[in-house]
Amino acid sequence: MNLDALTEAVVKGKRKDAVELTQQAIRDGHDPEKIINTYLIPGLNRVGERFQKREIFVPEMMISAKTMQACVELLKPLIAKDTAPALGVIVIGTVFGDLHDIGKNLVKLLLESSGFKVVDLGENVPSQKFVEAARLHDASVVGLSSLLTTGDPYVEETVKAIKASDVGAKVRIICGGAALTPKFVEGQCGADAYAKDAADGVNKIKKLLEIAV
Amino acid sequence: METILQRNTCTVTIGPQHPLVIIGERINPTGRKKLACALEKGELDLVRDEAVKQVAAGAHVLDVNVGVSGIDEPGLLRDAVKVVCAAVAVPLCIDSALPSALAAGLSVYEGKALVNSVNGEERKLKEVLPIVKHYGAAVVGLTMDDDGIPRDAGRRLAIAEKIVNAAQKEGIPIEDVIIDPLAMAVSTDSMAAVETLKAISRVREKLGVNQTLGASNISFGLPERHAVNALFTALAVANGVTCPILDPTVWDIRRAALLTDLLLGKDEWCMNFISVYREKFPLD
Repeated sequence: MNLDALTEAVVKGKRKDAVELTQQAIRDGHDPEKIINTYLIPGLNRVGERFQKREIFVPEMMISAKTMQACVELLKPLIAKDTAPALGVIVIGTVFGDLHDIGKNLVKLLLESSGFKVVDLGENVPSQKFVEAARLHDASVVGLSSLLTTGDPYVEETVKAIKASDVGAKVRIICGGAALTPKFVEGQCGADAYAKDAADGVNKIKKLLEIAV
Repeated sequence: METILQRNTCTVTIGPQHPLVIIGERINPTGRKKLACALEKGELDLVRDEAVKQVAAGAHVLDVNVGVSGIDEPGLLRDAVKVVCAAVAVPLCIDSALPSALAAGLSVYEGKALVNSVNGEERKLKEVLPIVKHYGAAVVGLTMDDDGIPRDAGRRLAIAEKIVNAAQKEGIPIEDVIIDPLAMAVSTDSMAAVETLKAISRVREKLGVNQTLGASNISFGLPERHAVNALFTALAVANGVTCPILDPTVWDIRRAALLTDLLLGKDEWCMNFISVYREKFPLD
């Protein structure tokens, strides 16, 4: 059976079709990991590309990501824990003093559907909480979201707190949100990357971890 | 209930019996790369241009926000207020998340300004309301608190009540509190606009205060954003918004504001709409 239709269903956000095709594929004995890596993830990657080119809009991206999640939910129990294809653990949150969550939640949804494990610390997160969560969950990347300019000092404080901590050498840091600029994030704060939107965030995280996009 | 803003000889009255008061949103670097770059360098020419342009396009009040990363926001906001005051006559809405910047902006403003904003967070109320009181200003209250923005209209109303009470305790009269029930992106939650409209109408029923709305949020992530914003503004005004924050330089948006007044009986003989139309499309 050719599963290109599954990729297409993810791209088009046809959840019912995608779920049926996934069930079919499982019945036909396809390797669950291969279904995710060869058919689902490339679909979502294409959605991210189309979003960045402004060919599709936020609701369409959300539907595709939800479609993908529904398929992954079916496949997850079939994959043995130790070989689960988690690409890495990402700790994310909106910095202290800021309660905006739309951007952060979009990033979370895209990361999870791309195969990452996401630990969401929510909004209004103090810097020490980022450090503790990164340590506790053995995170590869910490993502900071900040929409308000009052968040600036907290972005800087959080980046520096992580870098100065025991996990600083190992954890990469990415920041995004309306108030931030690459100059501030990478220059003044010393973070590893700036993301201009949710899809860019996923790409940059893959780059930081040297995962093929 | 009427909120009166004033600067020198220019007075603006906000209230349900009056035509819409348009608060011009363009002096704000969030999502405006060019303005953000200019502000980073401390250049205020663009701020002046935006002020003149928006007043020419029908703004009655101008929002002034200069928040960008890594600058001295109090100093820059003070300078921006001076520049805008020298360029146009209208009252201002002084906008910052930093209390010290609000105070700096108000210190060089002559008259009664609007302050943007407080919300239901204890810390915010404690820090900002005394500044508002000290300068005799009016204040925008956002219906969010330490737990974020409630999705549910009832909880937004409860926060609005909390803000009004806190302001009154500080000696700020209820008519000088303008509630913003917060528009959220409809692209990530199909019921977001409905919940905001419900909140607007419940705030009107229960508190009767004036209401503003940064309507542009509603269309985040969608095509035809101006059309979405324009229609939503009309719905919001019909439910109780009296002074929306919007971009009057976009004709779709300005037209929506004019037509909303016209259809709600606030444009006698439709003359305001017709005269703006004539100016925009002259017979030559």
